[in-house]
Amino acid sequence: MAEQDITQHRYTDGRPNLRRFHQAKWDEPIIFELGREGQRGLLVPEVEEEIRDQVGDVLATLPETMRRKKSPNLPELSQPQVLRHYLRLSQENLGADLNIEIGQGTCTMKYSPKINDQLAGQPKLAELHPLQDEATAQGILEIMYRFEGMLKEISGMDRFSLQPAAGSAAIYTNLSIIRAYHESRGEADQRDEIITTIFSHPSNAACARTAGFKVITLYPDQDGYPDLEALKAAVSERTAGLMITNPEDTGIFNPRIAEFVEVVHEAGGLCAYDQANANGILGITRARDADFDLCHFNLHKTFSSPHGCGGPGGSACGASKELARFLPIPLVAYDGERYFLDYDRPLSIGKMRPFYGYAPVVLRAYAWVMSLGAEGLREVAEIAVLNNNYLLNKMLEIPGVSAPYAKSKRRIEQVRYSWEELTEETGVHSEELGIRAADFGVHYWTSHHPFVVPEPCTLEPTESVSKDELDEYVAIISHVADEAHTDPVLVKSAPHNSTIHSIDHTPLDDPSRWAMTWRAYRRKVGTRKT
Amino acid sequence: MSQGESTVYPYIPNSVPEIKRQMLEATGAESTDEFFEDVPETLRFRHPMNLPEPLHSEYALKRHVDGLLSKNTTAGEFLSFLGAGCYQHHVPAICDEVNGRGEFLTAYAGEPYDDHGRFQALFEYASMMGELLNMDVVNVPTYDGFQAAATSLRMATRITGRRQILIARTLSVDKLSKIRDYCKPDIEIELVDYDKETGQMDLGALKTQISEATAAVYFENPSFLGFIETRGDEIAVVAHDQDAICVVDADPISLGVMTPPVDYGADIVCGDIQPLGMHMQYGGGHAGYIATRDEEKYVMEYPSRLFGIAPTSILGEYGFGDVAYERTSFAVREEGVEWVGTAAALWGITAGVYLALMGPHGMQDIGEGIMARSRYAMMEINKIRGVKAPLFQAPHFKEFVVNFDGTGKTVAEINQALLAREIFGGVDLSRERPELGGSALYCVTEVHTKDDINRLVKALTEVVS
Repeated sequence: MAEQDITQHRYTDGRPNLRRFHQAKWDEPIIFELGREGQRGLLVPEVEEEIRDQVGDVLATLPETMRRKKSPNLPELSQPQVLRHYLRLSQENLGADLNIEIGQGTCTMKYSPKINDQLAGQPKLAELHPLQDEATAQGILEIMYRFEGMLKEISGMDRFSLQPAAGSAAIYTNLSIIRAYHESRGEADQRDEIITTIFSHPSNAACARTAGFKVITLYPDQDGYPDLEALKAAVSERTAGLMITNPEDTGIFNPRIAEFVEVVHEAGGLCAYDQANANGILGITRARDADFDLCHFNLHKTFSSPHGCGGPGGSACGASKELARFLPIPLVAYDGERYFLDYDRPLSIGKMRPFYGYAPVVLRAYAWVMSLGAEGLREVAEIAVLNNNYLLNKMLEIPGVSAPYAKSKRRIEQVRYSWEELTEETGVHSEELGIRAADFGVHYWTSHHPFVVPEPCTLEPTESVSKDELDEYVAIISHVADEAHTDPVLVKSAPHNSTIHSIDHTPLDDPSRWAMTWRAYRRKVGTRKT
Repeated sequence: MSQGESTVYPYIPNSVPEIKRQMLEATGAESTDEFFEDVPETLRFRHPMNLPEPLHSEYALKRHVDGLLSKNTTAGEFLSFLGAGCYQHHVPAICDEVNGRGEFLTAYAGEPYDDHGRFQALFEYASMMGELLNMDVVNVPTYDGFQAAATSLRMATRITGRRQILIARTLSVDKLSKIRDYCKPDIEIELVDYDKETGQMDLGALKTQISEATAAVYFENPSFLGFIETRGDEIAVVAHDQDAICVVDADPISLGVMTPPVDYGADIVCGDIQPLGMHMQYGGGHAGYIATRDEEKYVMEYPSRLFGIAPTSILGEYGFGDVAYERTSFAVREEGVEWVGTAAALWGITAGVYLALMGPHGMQDIGEGIMARSRYAMMEINKIRGVKAPLFQAPHFKEFVVNFDGTGKTVAEINQALLAREIFGGVDLSRERPELGGSALYCVTEVHTKDDINRLVKALTEVVS
């Protein structure tokens, strides 16, 4: 055989080819299909004979109605089988560690440093009980206290609670504080409306409704900016507060945000800043400087803690001096000698979750800030925004895509693109393009519902990807968009290189066929003859 | 690390000045400042943030954080009998191995094609929980047991169209605080008294308080105070007689030996899965489950994601997706059921691994072993002069109340003395539960050996004498 340059497949006419990707496909059975009777994955410590002799048959202490009659029908597997099963499933999952993870705009899929995972996983944190004597938990309390100090500086707010479990839980917490504030002034019954914008996360609206408020949603003006006139028309003596993201999920920063806050304040309402999109403005602009009363950060987004397939995340709610008294209990405090949990807060809204928040997430976030410092955080924002605008320029070179609103303006952390033109030309929808992109090892997300931007696609590169990776991502999207013209059937029938093929979603909305557990599936579908 | 004046950050690939220059040129911008043109000057933060000096090298960072963490003394270094909602159980190595895999750890919300593994692992978690609970529907985990309880109660109010909730008074103050806040808009909460001798819910009081306005009767089993609510079936009957829903909050690690609540009448079962393979993490290991029968009126009231199994275009291939997505706030914002967002999926995957490792025999062994050890501990502690264990005359699972009134010492004094002997005594209930006198909630699990328990008993004997 003639000697060949084995790198030549990487290029055609000097231009890089797309990666020849295929997602892992193990055809892995459901765990209930694995194992054999009698196999064991783990043995638990045996009860010593002396204990056994003394206590006798403990199960006999249970009344008949409380004693389980039939063993749970769990699978029976040996340990290596369990490990293999789950490692195969892990390979069939495209985590941010593996792919050019810029396609989940609004989610800030940045690099989660491994050292921080290692630090957070140590027994010195993992084996701490939350109700230990505070004297034995000074290390983690100091970390929480110091991290609160960092957030105060980053946002300008006066106090933070690290208790809320994630972004939406923080939104709910802020709504509870808004309610408590109006209760404290005897206006809770009157002030029953929350205003939000359509490009703020849906939880701002959904949590408000859950908390008992009526929801007013503002739509953008022609340029895509939240509409100040619409806000002025919406506020009244019934306004409890404004829940707003900035920059919004379109990537557009609302330049009149301080006026928004002022309008709501003048009407007697409070303003809560959903800072889920804070990554691009770290060190650039601060919540308190726009006079917000409340804000929250997502520690699993801006502050690098990994997303864990959808949590555990972590959140931090910040409050002005006036509203700090309502924050959940306890707060972490320091008396000059020791760190302690301060429960002596009579106006607090109480507990939002067990104990004090996701300590390992707080530790990771703290370590991340410590690794960067003030200049580093600003570098994060500047590079994330540089990456985003670089990507925007490259994306707009692809025929059929646009970035609606604020024409020729720069964007902050992300862009909500539209494939409307391409869909009109080819009949291929944005969601289908995203699924076809999976055949090349990347993915993208469309948008929250409703799709205000038609055929949406939301990209957020963060600071964690290289220029070459941005180029590679755009090359994939460009290739897929081209396929939509040349071979739409190929795109519409995607994925082809994934773990599985096109899913039939109809059973998922049919009560007679949906199955959220294997036992339900076996009962409803699995026993049918096919 | 530095090129001239500028720092190159390992986490920020494009922090290299030359790359930055090229990218700026490609965007036609003079500097990154141009990208912030929409931020008005009055809102620009123009001076450096006052943050601690950074530790740029990974080693320096590790030294620093290790130094802080070294100030902690863990429940592994001392002997701990703390519980009260966060539990020291053994975490199998495979649990950490799987949840530490970058593919799971760093994934988020990819499509079922990108993230088939996540969907299958969470479907399997729900399926194994379903076997443990003997129920057909289990959610993708919510934040924690508090949220699971609060949401279960709101589900019950929506299903029944009623507004009153009856709760056993033995519930923890913290969980009650959460429930009260979450039910505040329009739900009325009433507490039902308990029998001072046995801890059991006062059925007479329950029958008096329940009415046609009652949406749900809620109790924990085992209760926060450790005893088992032995008449769960009777409570369910009282609830059902008024067409109210019976909600039971159950510790899943008890269910290898205890009856699944649905079998004594529960309609909604909820709780926290931290015991199933999550380290305590200073309270960072929590995740909540909610389970029901497979009835549309129940399913449509879940706010959480529910992952269902579905066929693909290839025969014999499993796919997964969201069941009844249109009920969620992701689909319809405030018109959805409560809300859904990032919660605790990784802990769900981990609990699935735990249940797969344990299997039916493991779950039975661990339940029985915990009961034996805690019973032994109660018997031995009760022998100490002036000490009563358990305070409630009822069967117990892993926790029990110890009363120290006969010792003339406060729980705080006793716990300080135990601490000096490198023991974390039980959670002090004196402030939260003054009606129980000087009492503490002790927790004993499979991690405690006979010697550990004997060491506690010896220390307590010294301390109270």
